[in-house]
Amino acid sequence: MTFSALWTAFYTILTREIRRFTRIWPQTLLPPAVTMTLYFIIFGSLIGSRIGEMGGFDYMQFIVPGLIMMAVITNSYSNVVSSFFSMKFQRSIEELLVSPVPNWAILAGYVAGGMARGLSIGVIVTLLSLAFTQLSIHNLAMVVVTVFLTSALFSLGGFINAMLATKFDDISIVPTFVLTPLTYLGGVFYSIDMLPGFWQGVSMANPILYMVNGFRYGILGVSDVNPFVSLGMIAVFIVLLAAVALHLLSRGKGIRH
Amino acid sequence: MTYALEIEGLLKNYGDGFQALKGIDLRVAEGDFFALLGPNGAGKSTTLGIVSSLVNKTAGKVRVFGHDMDTDLSRAKLSLGVVPQEFNFNQFEKAFDVVTTQAGYYGIPLRQAKASAEKYLKKLGLWDKRDTPARMLSGGMKRRLMIARALVHEPKLLILDEPTAGVDIELRRSMWQFLEDINRQGTTIILTTHYLEEAEALCRNIAIIDRGEIIRNTSKRDLLQQLSVETFLLDTENTLAGPPDLPGFEVKLDDDGALEVEVSKGTSLNALFIELEKQGIRVLSMRTKANRLEELFVRMVEENAKQAHKVVEVSS
Repeated sequence: MTFSALWTAFYTILTREIRRFTRIWPQTLLPPAVTMTLYFIIFGSLIGSRIGEMGGFDYMQFIVPGLIMMAVITNSYSNVVSSFFSMKFQRSIEELLVSPVPNWAILAGYVAGGMARGLSIGVIVTLLSLAFTQLSIHNLAMVVVTVFLTSALFSLGGFINAMLATKFDDISIVPTFVLTPLTYLGGVFYSIDMLPGFWQGVSMANPILYMVNGFRYGILGVSDVNPFVSLGMIAVFIVLLAAVALHLLSRGKGIRH
Repeated sequence: MTYALEIEGLLKNYGDGFQALKGIDLRVAEGDFFALLGPNGAGKSTTLGIVSSLVNKTAGKVRVFGHDMDTDLSRAKLSLGVVPQEFNFNQFEKAFDVVTTQAGYYGIPLRQAKASAEKYLKKLGLWDKRDTPARMLSGGMKRRLMIARALVHEPKLLILDEPTAGVDIELRRSMWQFLEDINRQGTTIILTTHYLEEAEALCRNIAIIDRGEIIRNTSKRDLLQQLSVETFLLDTENTLAGPPDLPGFEVKLDDDGALEVEVSKGTSLNALFIELEKQGIRVLSMRTKANRLEELFVRMVEENAKQAHKVVEVSS
């Protein structure tokens, strides 16, 4: 395929993904907006006012970057996992398999679709947070790079989950039992300085901690870890997951007999 | 000669040890209207699945218009349009979007994709339904939508896996007409079907596959010439109590009281009517029992099954 044909194919997948999640906006865009608003009200305003400062900022300001990141992570992941698995389930994935679109372009299209939803939610949650607190950006480049890479990483994770899933239960196991605990324990609501030494060490093994802190550094200028280590970690995970996803696609795992 | 499809030594073993294809060879010439026939589980859909990249082969070579699917997959796929047996489009998309999205996968820019989608949806009588979600279409409309989708990038080879399954007779005939038209315009067509009348009406060349092997691959004319016996049904004026004795003919009386007569190849039908005349039986109408290809197909598959059974007996 020529470059322009490849671009058309990629753009077709991306626009189809955007069309999908905007068509079903009450299932995709509205729930995270409602959930995050509740977090802002309950944890930020009601409980946060009694907690006081954390990392030199009031509690609401401290948790906003983490909550934005949490929304980006879960939505990037769930967009790709549910969309790709639905295509497998309906067999409409065969439309792509018979076409000349190379595997890397299929993967890029889905990841871009997941990023489109993750970043849309990120923007919505950011706008909602402005109703509760003021945000000043410490390092815009860090904010943009961290959120883009994190969104790409979890879109890749969702893709792999969808490739390996054989039934609908399989696409909710990872978000429920892996993603949510890691996010909650990834420093969204607290600084790991508050933890005893042992648990601080354990927390350092949680990849989401690096993403939340990298993003928090971009907005507030404070972080539990070196922000450049965060970016490095995300980049390494992206390369690893992309390699796994491409391997599964070339083997046709779950999509070719 | 240019071949639209060349298959050499195609082998497919499934994980459970089942051998779906036992190294088949097949060639389909450019411009042909070709039928791949066989009973359920014979290997038809596996063969077409491999050609369509939906099934991984175990061994063998597949070339589409000379493009090797191992080394030149992209060009091979660009030459190919596929209409599968099962509905496999996004049920929530509008009919128009199903077709234009497929065009996008082939790298066709949106404006051109819309024009092509309009052309084929109109030709297939679906233009009025373009904004209807695919799941709301009738079974026949869904089949036609899959044909429009397969043609949107103007492939040189169109593969149809049981395209008229579950379609009423009137619609089936209009689909035949459509397929004959695009074949006349140069598109090579390969189809599988359980309606042997369909293969007899449309195809010029036929391969019969059974138990993962091609047991016959020839022109329809040659195949039909192999038919040694044809069965006719005769409606008679007289009500017959039992089958009459007609020397030289196998005669039965069917449940509706019609005479079922087997006529060997080369036997004159005049001889049959002379015998009927002698017995005072007046014939009001006459028709063939089944279409000729169907008769031949059933015999070949039964013969192949008997031989396979013998091999098993000898080897066990």
